[in-house]
Amino acid sequence: MKRVTYVLPLAVFLILALYFAVGLSRDSSVIPSALIDQPAPQFVLPPIEGNSGKGFSTADLKGQVSVVNVFASWCVPCRAEHPLITRLADMNIAAVYGLNYKDKPEAVLAWLDSLGDPYTEIGADRNGRVSIDWGVYGIPETFVVGKGGRIRFKHVGQLTAEKLEKEILPIIRELNQ
Amino acid sequence: MIVEAGHFALILAVVFALIQGTLPLIGAHRNNATWMALSVPTAVAQFILVAISFAALTYAYVTSDFSVYNVAANSHSAKPMIYKISGVWANHEGSMLLWVMILALFGSAVAVFGRNLPPTLKARVLGVQALISVGFYLFILFTSNPFERLLPAPIDGRGLNPLLQDPGLAMHPPFLYLGYVGFSIAFSFAIAALIEGRVDAAWARWVRPWTLVAWVSLTLGIALGSWWAYYELGWGGWWFWDPVENASFMPWLAGTALLHSSVVVEKRNALKGWTIFLAIVTFSLSLLGAFLVRSGVLTSVHAFASDPARGVFILGLLVVVIGGSFTLFAIRGPALKSGSLFRPISREGALLLNNLLMTTGAAAVLLGTLYPLFLDAVGGGKVSVGPPFFNAVFIPLMTPMIAAMAIGSLLAWKRGDLAQAMGRLWTALAAAGAVVLLVWWIVADGPVLAALGMGLAAWLFVGTVAELTVRIRLFRVPVGESLRRLSRIPRATWGMTVAHAGMAVVVAGMVGAGNWKVESIQVMTPGETVTVAGYDYTFRGATEVQGPNYTATRGTFDISREGRRVTTLYPENRNYPVEKRPSTEAAILTTFWADLYVVIGDPDKNTATGGYVTRIYHNPMIAWIWAGILIMVSGGLVSLSDRRHRVGAPTRHRAAPIGAAPAGVRE
Repeated sequence: MKRVTYVLPLAVFLILALYFAVGLSRDSSVIPSALIDQPAPQFVLPPIEGNSGKGFSTADLKGQVSVVNVFASWCVPCRAEHPLITRLADMNIAAVYGLNYKDKPEAVLAWLDSLGDPYTEIGADRNGRVSIDWGVYGIPETFVVGKGGRIRFKHVGQLTAEKLEKEILPIIRELNQ
Repeated sequence: MIVEAGHFALILAVVFALIQGTLPLIGAHRNNATWMALSVPTAVAQFILVAISFAALTYAYVTSDFSVYNVAANSHSAKPMIYKISGVWANHEGSMLLWVMILALFGSAVAVFGRNLPPTLKARVLGVQALISVGFYLFILFTSNPFERLLPAPIDGRGLNPLLQDPGLAMHPPFLYLGYVGFSIAFSFAIAALIEGRVDAAWARWVRPWTLVAWVSLTLGIALGSWWAYYELGWGGWWFWDPVENASFMPWLAGTALLHSSVVVEKRNALKGWTIFLAIVTFSLSLLGAFLVRSGVLTSVHAFASDPARGVFILGLLVVVIGGSFTLFAIRGPALKSGSLFRPISREGALLLNNLLMTTGAAAVLLGTLYPLFLDAVGGGKVSVGPPFFNAVFIPLMTPMIAAMAIGSLLAWKRGDLAQAMGRLWTALAAAGAVVLLVWWIVADGPVLAALGMGLAAWLFVGTVAELTVRIRLFRVPVGESLRRLSRIPRATWGMTVAHAGMAVVVAGMVGAGNWKVESIQVMTPGETVTVAGYDYTFRGATEVQGPNYTATRGTFDISREGRRVTTLYPENRNYPVEKRPSTEAAILTTFWADLYVVIGDPDKNTATGGYVTRIYHNPMIAWIWAGILIMVSGGLVSLSDRRHRVGAPTRHRAAPIGAAPAGVRE
């Protein structure tokens, strides 16, 4: 056999090792959304039954930087990240909207009563149809939407103080300029 | 104190491994007998030290010493004893300790039983083996130390994932590792042969039993894992093409190819370079599996704590071990002189075909497993390659292989006669045809491919038996003469026959389970009956029961068929309070033709009538898969008991192997 064939395994392995090295440097838990830099989906959601407010729709996302937080009263990580959402809302650098996912009105109202309601408006997505359009597959999820109504950032899972400080706030500040 | 002794023993083991990995290799190079002889006592000492270390960790688990971080993170005082012990290897650090212990076990076994090995070869094999060990010892000590203390000690541990608290899974890792690590011996023999520049029939004979041990263990390990996934995960499936499953399947494919190609080296003195290549590839794929599972480069349902630092270390180890051995292969491989070229229609030709299909299969699985990684690395986004890819690639590769399996074993070495072999397979062909028609008639609306698949299984099974009847010249000579021939068949040949027959049973099981599965998911209220595949499942309600470390909702299902009672099944939905995780316990009735499989889920929130979500599966012939695997494994064990492989038995030296066996004579 030709000498080349004996070198082939080494060459293939080295290419493979290179890919592994690149793969190691990437975080496999970050799953980019196909919606990044796309306009937010078209939707109109009613307010939570028994709550004041007008509901939440695509039109609300125009004109200012917005944060859309997908939450539910039955979701424990949502409860854990709630203080951070409140802090973000108190900063008044972006409109913070709530997308209430598959929840019972009385449950979510009790939840907001005990933890506080930081949201500008809340849309009730009782059957989860609008959340599908947003590409939600695990809550909590948090989106940052630009002034023109395009989705600029998506975070899956519970927000942490670090994530808020290092990623979300800089994006909001940048979009505000 | 005992824990620190275990830590210290591990450090001492590194020292011995370093001696074993250097002096004997230098000794073999300089022909210094004293230095070469050092490999034996160091290999034994190294094993004893790791065993002490492993025993110390086991002791910490058994006594629930939560001042050890590893124990606190993975055990709990209220856990049954068997899971306290299996908890030792149900986590990353402990499983790496098991890995090095098995590595040292195989090394010391070669040292003790390999008395008939030439001293230079033995010194080199043990030296290479020790160098692999050193890499893994350093990996454990630097990135995954199981003996780390946790102060102050917590009052109780965090517990073990309830999915892992299962007898099948308790034994799965040890067998899997015996397989993975067992291939290290074939690897070490291959590297030693490359250093010596010599591969011959004797070499193949020495490697074979070790490869067989590894193959048998890996086969059992994979079967246990798949069986566990089947009854514990409650999805009714038995193979999911998950990256971690693939990581064990790739070395199995390559190892099976290696088993077959080493026969060609032994009998025909050919395929030498290829066999060495396979020995390297098989162990490399085992290492690659370890890397994929533990580095976190791929996401999988197998949640091993992944850590980038570990990933970098294992990648380094991969580059040194695999890169190094392929470099050696590139330099020394061309010097391995093979026997004359052989004809495609011959036993060795058939074995080569098997090898090509097996390795192509392994390459396809590798590609499918790593494809998401490749795409991500070039910025193509995250994707996942699922069962459709693997089934589309794998089934067309394996079909010709199974078809050729029956023919290949009937061909003579060197120059076979295809027409004659086919002439002897008319019974198999008839049986296959009959099975296709029968299946078609019974399952008229089923997939056509299923009927053909069953025919293929029948072809292989009857073909394998036909080979045996040809061998004993049944009905061609008097029955007494046939029986005499039967009793003289070497165990290795019996092993092949049994293993191939087992493969036929596995194929039948896969075709049946894959094509005729019926599943039914619904909300059932007490008293409600659902009919699945002719069986009536009546839900009698659910009660709360208390287990040793869990509470469970236990459902009662009466099953009947055409009015006659079949059995009552009690599936459970367990909740483990310590681990705060649920676990489903499917209830399964295994019959010859099908498994009846019932899972009870959560209570239905929308109805006030006490309804539960239930999943009922009818899995035809699924037990055949594991029965067939057990038959294959027993074939491997029978072959292992052949006196020619018995390590320590005097080797019969054959005269010049090339052309020594007259055409038409089979062993």
